[in-house]
Amino acid sequence: MDFPFVVISLLKIVGILFLVILPMVSYAVYAERRVSAFIQDRLGPNRVGPAGLFQPIADMFKLLLKEDFTPANVNTFYYWLAPCLAVMPAIITIAVVPFGSTLFGVPMVIADVNVGILFVFAIASLGVYGIVIGGWASNSKYPFLGGIRSSAQMLSYELSLGLAVIPVFLLVGNLRLTSVVRYQIEHGWSIAPFVGDWTNPWKWLLTVPMVTSFLVFMIAIFAETNRLPFDLPEAEQELAGGYNTEYSSMKFALYFLGEYTAMITGSAVIVTLFFGGWHLPGIPDGSHGWIFGLINIVVFFGKVAVMIFVFMWVRWTLPRFRYDQLMRLGWLFFFEIALVNIFVVAAILSFVRL
Amino acid sequence: MTVTVPRPKLNWRERLYLPAILAGLVITFKHFKNMLFGRTKVTMQYPEQRWDSNLPDHYRGAPALVRDEDGRVRCVACQLCEFICPPRAIKIIPGEIPSKDRFAKVEKYPEAFDIDMIRCIFCGMCEEVCPEQAIYLRKDYAITGFTRAEMVHHKEKLLEIGGVMHGVVLKWNDKK
Repeated sequence: MDFPFVVISLLKIVGILFLVILPMVSYAVYAERRVSAFIQDRLGPNRVGPAGLFQPIADMFKLLLKEDFTPANVNTFYYWLAPCLAVMPAIITIAVVPFGSTLFGVPMVIADVNVGILFVFAIASLGVYGIVIGGWASNSKYPFLGGIRSSAQMLSYELSLGLAVIPVFLLVGNLRLTSVVRYQIEHGWSIAPFVGDWTNPWKWLLTVPMVTSFLVFMIAIFAETNRLPFDLPEAEQELAGGYNTEYSSMKFALYFLGEYTAMITGSAVIVTLFFGGWHLPGIPDGSHGWIFGLINIVVFFGKVAVMIFVFMWVRWTLPRFRYDQLMRLGWLFFFEIALVNIFVVAAILSFVRL
Repeated sequence: MTVTVPRPKLNWRERLYLPAILAGLVITFKHFKNMLFGRTKVTMQYPEQRWDSNLPDHYRGAPALVRDEDGRVRCVACQLCEFICPPRAIKIIPGEIPSKDRFAKVEKYPEAFDIDMIRCIFCGMCEEVCPEQAIYLRKDYAITGFTRAEMVHHKEKLLEIGGVMHGVVLKWNDKK
């Protein structure tokens, strides 16, 4: 391993984390409050700075200055460990997602591993530990129930999550996320193949299972990130906040951070798999000049922002599922749909080579 | 006794749930869009926009003492308001008007007149009971302070809020 590679990787990690992901997380919280307010005919936070844009900074100071209270009978070690475990996996996942083409000849992905999507699943499923351990260590009933629910929910939806992406990789023939993007640049986005020989009817036939796959994957991501139709672990009305009931100050903020980071990485994976990653028709990649490299990055995070809006939009539209409905939906519908979907794509691909 | 609530039978389209979900998403997006383009009417933005000019005449705000056209404090320190005040917010120390004074026949004036605005409930009984038309509830409602002492309105403050009241009965003037 040579020295420039290490330096460049470190620069990429620091740059993407501190210049993009963390600001995006804090503004996702702000956006969530504004979007929810708009949907409910309110205004939301609009006092700090122009249109309330400095609200995240005020929130940060508030959370940092609050009393960090540790209840008497918690399991201290795990109580402190859990919030970190909630944030870490969400941030690590971004490592394999290609967030841009190239910038000054450097590929804009932190680690271009050949098991890309497997890495995403492996790390993202660790996210449940933060919640389960937090619920257990709090030594309190409501957080415990939240943790239990979370573990069962994750288990049920991990399956459809994994099965839903298989069609994409049947098509691409490679688990590397950069080659997924490369394929979509040549053949058109998975769910809208307008690029390449787009008059080919087989390609359009293939979009039907692709859209199904996208819907199942997105719903599974909702469940993975504990977003609203499936936010049973932190159901405020039933569990008084669920796993984070006993947490305060920055530890609570870390849970929040973890949820929103998971949302961003989830959106990033969706965009990479189904919406062509950093590709926008008509914009060349970074090898044509650094300005295009930058535009590619902007396009990618623009798409991610749109996905995040969809997350919020769905959250403030749908009510929460009941626990048995959640389980039924996961095991009896999405699992089967994803399974059948794989066979459909395999059948189409066996008849026609794209 | 158990009552079995009949559940509505859903047809296949309703059981798919997707049309309903999409309809819901459309509704919420409409609300979002209307709000974004400022087409939704929202609450008044209080500190910037106020309702002050629309307050009705009978609005009961902060109680205040008034002067008449001669500049005399109308209060004669009869202490009726102090007695009637339900939360006992008013405290009056009466003083005697010296015999050389133009209004010596009034005999008493309030040396101190304190209204504790933390206690005041804006009921308006002081205004109602006052035989001298000396105390009125004005339209000031945003009464704040950092300490309890600051929240006590002394005589000067009360007179400042009250100002001069025109067109009331001047029963202590020389002619009468």
